[in-house]
Amino acid sequence: MISLHLILFLFFGAITVAGAVNLLVQRHPINSALSLIAVMAALAGEYLLLGAEFVAAVQVIVYAGAIMVLFVFTIMLLNAGEEERTQGSRVAVLFGIPGMLLGSLLVAWVVLKHSGTEAVNAGVWDSASISARSVPGSPETIGPLLFHEFLLPFEITSILILVAIMGAVVLASRPTVPGGPPQKVKD
Amino acid sequence: MVPLSYYLVLSGILFACGVTGFLIKRNIITIFMSIELMLNGVNLSFVAFAAHWHVLSGQVFVFFVMVVAAAEAAVGLAIIIAVYRTRETLNVDQVNLLKL
Repeated sequence: MISLHLILFLFFGAITVAGAVNLLVQRHPINSALSLIAVMAALAGEYLLLGAEFVAAVQVIVYAGAIMVLFVFTIMLLNAGEEERTQGSRVAVLFGIPGMLLGSLLVAWVVLKHSGTEAVNAGVWDSASISARSVPGSPETIGPLLFHEFLLPFEITSILILVAIMGAVVLASRPTVPGGPPQKVKD
Repeated sequence: MVPLSYYLVLSGILFACGVTGFLIKRNIITIFMSIELMLNGVNLSFVAFAAHWHVLSGQVFVFFVMVVAAAEAAVGLAIIIAVYRTRETLNVDQVNLLKL
């Protein structure tokens, strides 16, 4: 029996995967940015399916809203055009691709070798399904957790944001004082 | 009801798309967007595990990841602007002073 939950999961999942693949295929950065916005909006739908209402709202406001506006604004500011294809690096072809194949083979071997053991199977893989509304992730339940158990990380992130704001202002401002970052590299 | 593994597979697909974009893209802004895609894939598995184990800490972690991603986006885009101002290109192949 196909439940509505599964249908909605597949619907949002299809949008997510299509957007992610479209991000890779598109040549112009603004098209990639728009498909990334579609990915984030569909992910907010997935979060709603999982009962995480607060996270879904924050996803739309912060990710699809603020961060992507920043991206689109930068693309506009720098007048970014289509990316030109260039020759790949020799080091990547010589060492990178064999190394990546070796690494993924190692991971696949470890996973297959241990897939029957208790540690992996501890109630996760076999028919473990998620019931919606099991954990109501509303602001009412997230808030006390955030301001009691996670108060120290919360305060640290506020300092991080402050430092990031100052860093962004310093980095993006035009260097005028002598001894600042170099003006222009001629090569 | 949707099995947990479906969410983890979707999360893995998103992360793999992010890694692929990071490796094959040549525009520095698109590379940065691939990093955001990877962060979103990880966030999805955080929320899925939180719903599966009936704990809310996973959702709080997603909140922190979003805050860090916002800070990272602000600083990263400022760095991109600084790079463009000095090199006048967004192609990472032409920013190759440290290359072998």
